[in-house]
Amino acid sequence: MITNASLQAIEGQPGSFVARVHQEPRYIDEDKCTACGTCTMYCPRPVADFYNERLDVTRAPHIDYAQAIPASYYIDAKACLRVNYETCNLCAQTCTAQAIDFSQKPRDLELEVGAVVLAPGFGRVDNEVLARFGYGRYPDVVTSLEFERLTCASGPTEGHILRPSDQTRPRRIAFLQCVGSRDETCGNGFCSSVCCMYAVKEASVAKEHEPDLDISLFFMDVRTQGKGFDAARKRAQEKYGLRIIRARVPNVDQVDGRLLLTWVTDDGKSHTELFDMVVLSVGLSAPEDARAIAEASGIELNHYNFCKTTHDAPLATTRDGIYVAGAFQGPKDIPESVTQASGVAALASELLAETRGTRSVTVTYPEEDTSLLEEEPRVGVFVCHCGVNIAGVVDVKAVRDYAGTLPGVVLYEDTLYSCSQDALKSIAEKIKENRLNRVVIAACSPRTHEPLFQETLRSIGVNPALFEMANIRDQCAWVHSQEPEAATEKAKDLVRMAVAKARLLEPLAQPTVDVIPKAIVLGGGASGMTAALSIADQGYQTVLVERSDRLGGNLRDLKWTLDGRDAGKILKDLTDRVNSHTGVEVLLGTEFKGMSGYVGNFTSSLEKGGQTELVNHGVLVVATGGRPYLPKSYGYGKSKRVITQLELESRLSKGKNPLRNVRSIVMIQCVGSRGDDMSYCSRLCCSQAVKNALKIKEFKPDVRVYILYRDMRTYGFSEDLYREARKKGVIFLRYTPDRKPEVIRQTRGIKVRVYDRLIGDEIEVPASWVVLSVGIAPAENEETARLIKAPLTQDGFFLEAHAKLRPVEVAVDGVYLCGLAHGPKSLEESISQAKAAAAKATIPLAKGKVAVAPIVSRVDKSLCIGCGICENLCPFNAIRLVKEGKRRKAETITASCKGCGICASHCPALAISMGGFTDSEIMAQIHAFSQRECEERRES
Amino acid sequence: MKKTGAIMVLGGGVSGVQTALDLADLGYYVYLVEKKAYIGGFMAQLDKTFPTNDCAI
Repeated sequence: MITNASLQAIEGQPGSFVARVHQEPRYIDEDKCTACGTCTMYCPRPVADFYNERLDVTRAPHIDYAQAIPASYYIDAKACLRVNYETCNLCAQTCTAQAIDFSQKPRDLELEVGAVVLAPGFGRVDNEVLARFGYGRYPDVVTSLEFERLTCASGPTEGHILRPSDQTRPRRIAFLQCVGSRDETCGNGFCSSVCCMYAVKEASVAKEHEPDLDISLFFMDVRTQGKGFDAARKRAQEKYGLRIIRARVPNVDQVDGRLLLTWVTDDGKSHTELFDMVVLSVGLSAPEDARAIAEASGIELNHYNFCKTTHDAPLATTRDGIYVAGAFQGPKDIPESVTQASGVAALASELLAETRGTRSVTVTYPEEDTSLLEEEPRVGVFVCHCGVNIAGVVDVKAVRDYAGTLPGVVLYEDTLYSCSQDALKSIAEKIKENRLNRVVIAACSPRTHEPLFQETLRSIGVNPALFEMANIRDQCAWVHSQEPEAATEKAKDLVRMAVAKARLLEPLAQPTVDVIPKAIVLGGGASGMTAALSIADQGYQTVLVERSDRLGGNLRDLKWTLDGRDAGKILKDLTDRVNSHTGVEVLLGTEFKGMSGYVGNFTSSLEKGGQTELVNHGVLVVATGGRPYLPKSYGYGKSKRVITQLELESRLSKGKNPLRNVRSIVMIQCVGSRGDDMSYCSRLCCSQAVKNALKIKEFKPDVRVYILYRDMRTYGFSEDLYREARKKGVIFLRYTPDRKPEVIRQTRGIKVRVYDRLIGDEIEVPASWVVLSVGIAPAENEETARLIKAPLTQDGFFLEAHAKLRPVEVAVDGVYLCGLAHGPKSLEESISQAKAAAAKATIPLAKGKVAVAPIVSRVDKSLCIGCGICENLCPFNAIRLVKEGKRRKAETITASCKGCGICASHCPALAISMGGFTDSEIMAQIHAFSQRECEERRES
Repeated sequence: MKKTGAIMVLGGGVSGVQTALDLADLGYYVYLVEKKAYIGGFMAQLDKTFPTNDCAI
């Protein structure tokens, strides 16, 4: 990790570059700094706290936030007296760790690398642009990032929403969308793709803090097109009573200390209202140093200064061996950035496959100290403040002292943020010093933080199973935020229960299993082919299974990509490479019939022409695609004049004059989507419609084109297409779901009746063709999902393990996901995601071994009566009956077991126990729970 | 030409960090180069994330 550093130049060629990097000093030795904060305390130089968006001040030596990595302070050289004038030196004198080092000099590094990934993110919108909306002039106009800090418990107001002008609580807040986005006058003609979501989030968080707030959001279009986003937005709207106004960005004035907004709605009416605070939903610009990065790395930028890429190779820059991921490739949200980040890892790994492992370093853990367990339980309890997240409600110190009264507890402490690097270090030291053999952390959720703390235990030779968490954040501070005393009592209960359980915890083994170096990819569309090629290019044998007798999937019906590329050529290139690659075995006309085993050791049955073949493999990629929605409305199927967008593309690509006799075309958006038949937004139909509208205008400019829409969701750079379509005379009319357009068939031709919001009346538009922008429906995923035991969403798409942290993995280990099987998306997004799935799938293949989760069931064979209930009930085929002598006995297949506990809870002989959740451990927890009540009763 | 089994990732925001982790898992050495004093990027400044309101840090 090289911080405070900038790229100077990249020389050489793919596979063998030299990257020149300039690094400025931190003036604090990372290895010595204990992050105690003394330097900040003594420094006389105040500086704006940029982490808190300058809403607070800090000192020249500081750490941005408690969990910052590296977990070391640094000195802001611009403000430091010692650096600039060789005076002061107070920090160095007071630092007990002697970590302050003013002898550090800037360094120029030469890094020998095979490939480069550019992920510099995005930049800020100029203050000049924000000033148009009163920012800088009126103090209560804040940016969305400033508001983010205001709502944050670790922010300058500790999560209280206060007006910057007078530190009072606002009653009415307005969010202004599209500030610095969709606005050619500020140079950002694109849609930033994230602001609609974060505005809804910030408004929801604000309402949770202050339920009486009155919040209005001003949208041009509501662009919540991501997976599950529309549903989440609707829920937030209803739950928090958010007021949504569709208008161009309002004008902002200040009147008597309040903010006067003026806006015009699409019926042409003008409105004014007063607000106490205005939040500007600021868009994502290209990084400020985009030009410098481009020059240093020798890549080209697009017309907005983002990295130039194409839709068929979204992660490749214009220079071979240099790749791009995240917002620098185009504005995008966290799940998509994480997906691209994994995808780009696949690209680098393809290029450098032969060098794998030549430069890597393996982490080793010290051997476990088994002597610890010979002693009586020595429990250490650490109670976390989580800033004010817990401590704002729960009396942390009281809980800590209470823990000290519990049997077996030898150490009890409180920590500000137990997850911060310095806290982890200190916890590790205390475990060693006090020879703790059981550790309880009362903090947040084990779902997110248990692995982190267990890693800490492992790093000092303590078995990670000797650890228990009490979730006093979610279960006390959050749900009982209005009753601090009761929350504190409940926290004590949870700690008492955790300690009771911890005393009985036993170490668990951490087995590993070998991985079969082979992958199966299900589905031979664009995503499946891309994933298969990537895994094969990374050096592992791949079987590509396609149900139909041709490769290509939906890509076969697409004629042009959104950036105007020939889809047929992309298809041909992909199929040619797949067919000629020695690492890819293509099985056409083949059905996937079942899979057994576990990550690293799967066996799948594949059926072709009535014959079944068994294939052993280590991982599985699901790329089974989706299908166009088949419309039931608007007269589809009854008239040749009513067609879908893909059928339009097909017509436009045939013959010399495909639009002969066509004078007017009406496109209808959201057919099947957004509550029509399917509840979700299909994401790409808006961009597809404007793409085809432009194609029509290109062939025959005098054809009148109408697009009837609900929200134009041409996110990202597709906004350019939308603007161009408007310039070329395409007419956009917004409709609402309660007033859908009607298609009226006549003896000659067809007409569409639609409500015109500006005129305030219905109009009738004659149409030579009506083009339905049909949504994307899931394929028949139920059967595949059942065979691999993967969950589906309510809408019938495969559910990822975590939307942000694990966007291309499913809940079953060793199974990965990409393309339309995951949800509607464009070709560009499918390709990025397929690369990401390939990277993730290759990780276990490359490691050659996988660690098995230690929480598994264990059968006490002396108690087992061989009834077989467990075998029948296990959803993971992870328990089987074996003959032992004359008797049948159950046995766990450790590597397949997910630790769900169904077997243990149904065993009539109580012969099955779960690691980390044995009957005695759980009973101890329950007894501890009732203990206080019993005591209280006895006393009364 | 001999290839080098190391990769430079420029930018330590959520994208760069994820790339670095995946590349390390895939068996390569990674230089993570960040212009600021800390990794984390803009995401570290966020309070919660849409739509689940999970903590961003």
